[in-house]
Amino acid sequence: MEGIARIGRYTIDLTEQMGRMMVFVLSSFAWLTRPPFRVYQIVKQLNFIGYKSTFVVVLTAVFTGMVLALQGHYTLRKFGSEAVLGSAVALSIIRELGPVLAALMVTARAGSAMTAEIGIMRITEQIDALDTMAINPLQYLIGPKLVASLIAVPLLVALFDVVGIYGGYVVGVQLLNGNEGAYWSSIESAVEWKDVYGGMLKSISFGLLISWVCCYKGFHTKHSAEGLGTATTEAVVLSAVLILVWDYFLTSVLL
Amino acid sequence: MIKLVGVEKTLGKQPVLRGVDLTIPTGKLTTIIGRSGEGKSVLLKHIIGLMQPDRGEVWIDGTNIARLKGQALNEVRKKFAMLFQGAALFDSMTVFENVAFPLREKLRLKGEIVTRRVEEKLEQVGLKGMGHKFPAELSGGMRKRAGLARALVMEPEIILFDEPTTGLDPLMAKAIHDLIVAMQQQFKFTAVMVSHEIPEIFGISDYVAMLKHGRIAEMAPSNEFVKTTDEEIREFIFVAGTVVPKGLPTASL
Ligand SMILES: Nc1ncnc2c1ncn2[C@@H]1O[C@H](COP(=O)(O)OP(=O)(O)OP(=O)(O)O)[C@@H](O)[C@H]1O
Ligand SMILES: [Mg+2]
Repeated sequence: MEGIARIGRYTIDLTEQMGRMMVFVLSSFAWLTRPPFRVYQIVKQLNFIGYKSTFVVVLTAVFTGMVLALQGHYTLRKFGSEAVLGSAVALSIIRELGPVLAALMVTARAGSAMTAEIGIMRITEQIDALDTMAINPLQYLIGPKLVASLIAVPLLVALFDVVGIYGGYVVGVQLLNGNEGAYWSSIESAVEWKDVYGGMLKSISFGLLISWVCCYKGFHTKHSAEGLGTATTEAVVLSAVLILVWDYFLTSVLL
Repeated sequence: MIKLVGVEKTLGKQPVLRGVDLTIPTGKLTTIIGRSGEGKSVLLKHIIGLMQPDRGEVWIDGTNIARLKGQALNEVRKKFAMLFQGAALFDSMTVFENVAFPLREKLRLKGEIVTRRVEEKLEQVGLKGMGHKFPAELSGGMRKRAGLARALVMEPEIILFDEPTTGLDPLMAKAIHDLIVAMQQQFKFTAVMVSHEIPEIFGISDYVAMLKHGRIAEMAPSNEFVKTTDEEIREFIFVAGTVVPKGLPTASL
């Protein structure tokens, strides 16, 4: 009996939390449609989430592309099909690794910072102060972050794709003396628009997911320094897990 | 007029307010005193709708905000400004931007007039020339005064001050008290102050209310309040010695 009651309570808590997260994101978007439009805030967040993440994204992309080419080269050589190295690298990156790894890097860099920033504002009553000034915190603080993340993550993923494919080129063609023409032409013939759309669809949904989870966790930080640490950890872990789960789901639908 | 009727609030498992009945007169300075942790800040947050009571009513000029949400609550809040106990300055903005924020965002003012009003307020709270600093670069007392400037700059109908002078040296505390009184007389706003500055507050407040065990134990004009016969309250207010209430000769234990 005890056990069943506990499962019941857990399910209710989980459903309630999911409901609250839903209300949180929907009202934030609803507030976005009302004036005043916080264009400056959006630009500021684009800078923070997007521009400032370019370095880690480029770094991750280069090495991902390079290691893919290295692994691909040795595997494909066994079957005598080094010629398709380019398409192997490009498809892995465009379909899966670009969106997932870029999103994970953005979570680690910008997502955790978002949670911490909003959490501190909650603990030090800055969010209450906004409320007392009759400024809706969802509109002022959360909305711009959601929009900026929706725009920035797909752009970062596009950057990841390009840089990653070049990283593969450097290793596969320059370092391992592969055939340059074969590398590019195999990409051209194997990559379809469908793959690119799929990758972009993923990255848009990841962008929403990151800012949604991280803002929500920060916004509901408990009043203590410990609460802030917990919120940040939970935000990063939950975002990362959801990215991977959602990725699997989308892939199975898209394929 | 601000009127609280039977306000009850439990936070976590702890009952904080247990039936607060309090009427705060318009255009006067009312100070709420009470032991630390008694629920004074919680009470202020109920008045401005940051917290909603479990039971009871909170009337602001004929609107019960106890169950009000969203746009309707925002309309009522336009009458208010609040100085938080921890100042609650925005970290990401300079002192100047903090004080200008409500003018720009709430009153939608721009340019020269904002600059003038902000600098005037900063000078009044003794922060002239500090506008370019960030809150993290200020001392606790300076942050408090910047928060005060941000509350005063809007010249609203009602201002809530949560311990405006805590953490200030005695001279600065006196200057801030004088500033609040002067502003209050000039703009005739309703001031609700939480303070531990006993006996000073008896000299500046029109009314004093004491929060004890989650209820208002006593609420009276300053000069009447000091005549209370409640032993616990007498002990609380006379612990520092003499008290000079507004418009009365010295009273003491
Ligand atoms: N957000 C909150 N969540 C849970 N408990 C709270 C919260 N805010 C206040 N409390 C509790 O309510 C009680 C009253 O707190 P409050 O801050 O109102 O005291 P106070 O009278 O302002 O004290 P002080 O003079 O020290 O500022 C305290 O016991 C505090 O722990
Ligand atoms: Mg307090």
